[in-house]
Amino acid sequence: MIFQRFLIRLLTMAITLLGVSVVVFVIIRVAPGDPIAMMLPPGASDDDIARLRALYGLDRSIVEQYFIWFSGVLQGNFGTSISLRQDVMSLVLSRLPATLELSIFALFIALLIGGPLAILGAREQGTAVEAGIDVANGAALSIPDFLWGLALILLFGVLWPVFHISGRVSPRLDLPFVTQFYLFESILRFRFDLTKDLIGHMFMPALALALPLAAIISQLLKISLKEVMTLDYVTLARVKGFSETSVILREALKNAALPTLTLIGVQFTFLIGGTVIIERLFSYEGLGNMAIDAVINRDLPLIQGIVLVFALIFVLINLAVDMMYALLNPRLRHG
Amino acid sequence: MADARALPGRRLDARLILAGAWLAIVLIAAIFAPLVAPHDPLMQDLMLERLPPFWMPGSEPGFWLGTDSLGRDLLSRLIFGARIALIVAFAAAIAACVVGSTLGLIAGYFGGWPDRIISRIVDIWMAFPPVLFAILLVAVFGTGLMSVIIAIAVIDWTRFCRVIRAEAMSQSRMDYVENARIAGFGRFRIMISEVLSNVLPSIVALLSLEMGIAVIVEAILSFVNLSISSDDPTWGGIIAEGRLSIHQAWWVLVFPLIALFLTVLSFSQFGEGLKSRFDPVLR
Repeated sequence: MIFQRFLIRLLTMAITLLGVSVVVFVIIRVAPGDPIAMMLPPGASDDDIARLRALYGLDRSIVEQYFIWFSGVLQGNFGTSISLRQDVMSLVLSRLPATLELSIFALFIALLIGGPLAILGAREQGTAVEAGIDVANGAALSIPDFLWGLALILLFGVLWPVFHISGRVSPRLDLPFVTQFYLFESILRFRFDLTKDLIGHMFMPALALALPLAAIISQLLKISLKEVMTLDYVTLARVKGFSETSVILREALKNAALPTLTLIGVQFTFLIGGTVIIERLFSYEGLGNMAIDAVINRDLPLIQGIVLVFALIFVLINLAVDMMYALLNPRLRHG
Repeated sequence: MADARALPGRRLDARLILAGAWLAIVLIAAIFAPLVAPHDPLMQDLMLERLPPFWMPGSEPGFWLGTDSLGRDLLSRLIFGARIALIVAFAAAIAACVVGSTLGLIAGYFGGWPDRIISRIVDIWMAFPPVLFAILLVAVFGTGLMSVIIAIAVIDWTRFCRVIRAEAMSQSRMDYVENARIAGFGRFRIMISEVLSNVLPSIVALLSLEMGIAVIVEAILSFVNLSISSDDPTWGGIIAEGRLSIHQAWWVLVFPLIALFLTVLSFSQFGEGLKSRFDPVLR
């Protein structure tokens, strides 16, 4: 049952990715503006332009171009970046870890804020505390990450400058890393001085990304908790003499978490989508920042590669959540 | 939401009134910008560069919110920026609503392969990072007001499509639709009127929410310098300037940020408020 579900999801995932690749390919091929003309000096002859055009395969029909590109993608070859003149795959791989670290760190913050608030709200049902949490959630939800980012820059970058507001790591530092996962590697190498510097840079953008998600987690988990807490087995635990907090933590949380978990998956993809502008805002050297430069420079192969990688991450997260849901939900597990 | 139902009617009204009042202020300022704005938003005066807002020492009378690094009056720029923000908000949200609702209705009513195709397209659209998609589209269409509006509509129609599709699906299974057909009425027409009356509250809320989103997307696009021409003042453009001169003139960032905060918050609260007023279940 689960295996069948997995196969169907895998198939739709492939179709979605195929669709994304076609859409992005068509969009950027109909774009006016010649990427080749942009990379040559003004005095270049028509012959030079034609030769370069042939080199990048731009002299063929759009359908041909697509199949050439797509067969390359299947072999892991995403082409060569026009503006940076490097292999797209290695460019993307060099920036992806920074974006993944930022996103995961943001998810972590969102859980850390949203989870306890949900538990507090469920424990203090009907009080001013719960009303306060609702108002805070409402505000955090209506304000998008871009505005949170700007507000945080003002508060903790200018008014009370305790965090870095630009870059990923202080440039003067000597980095011993062999991977691009700076944060994880700094922890594994016990270089906590570097960890501190990295988090000092990452905290503001991550918090901006985390706030809307924290509000969603807090709101939804609270509602689920309140529902579960009216069930008999929770009442039984109360009668046994457990305190309200331990009733929530020991009994209710496990069963209330499932709907929240499904939602976190979808919302996490929105969070990753938000990294594009947040990285720009904080000059954080991740994939999103590179994507904006690629669009501005009309770097077609690079744009295609980055969009496809984002789409791949999105469908993989959805797949993972779906599978996790199927495994954890007893009704689906036995059905 | 269960919580919205529990709220007393009076509080909902306050939310509606506050949000509506701010939106009305922005709308009036935008419509009458040339009359309301104290200065020409484009006039540069290097003698007046980086004047602080009125309550701070060194401010000049008449420049209420101060000036930017080229000596342009910030309040006037914000007022003219509101024009762009609102034009984009209304046009993009309505366009997204029309496209999304039509496709959602087709998918939900006909089911079968039209539904499969439309749902697949929605899935593909959801796999794009929206901000990157917007930047890409504007880069393709060329910068300009029209491109920004089209880009937002092209990206966000899926919101409306999903809501309308679900509603049309549940309505088309109802007995009355079949009965109407037997009675000789147009089934499609009846379903449309039923679907519309059922989803109208959600559509109004979504439309209002979408206007807020459009304002943000426009700000993001002009922040990365891809919106309309950089001569015209936009909130995002002012923010981009403010981000650069943040240590010399914080007010250039603070005031457009406040304007955006209030506008986005008002659009979403206004939508929610209207929804709970009109929704027969919630009322």
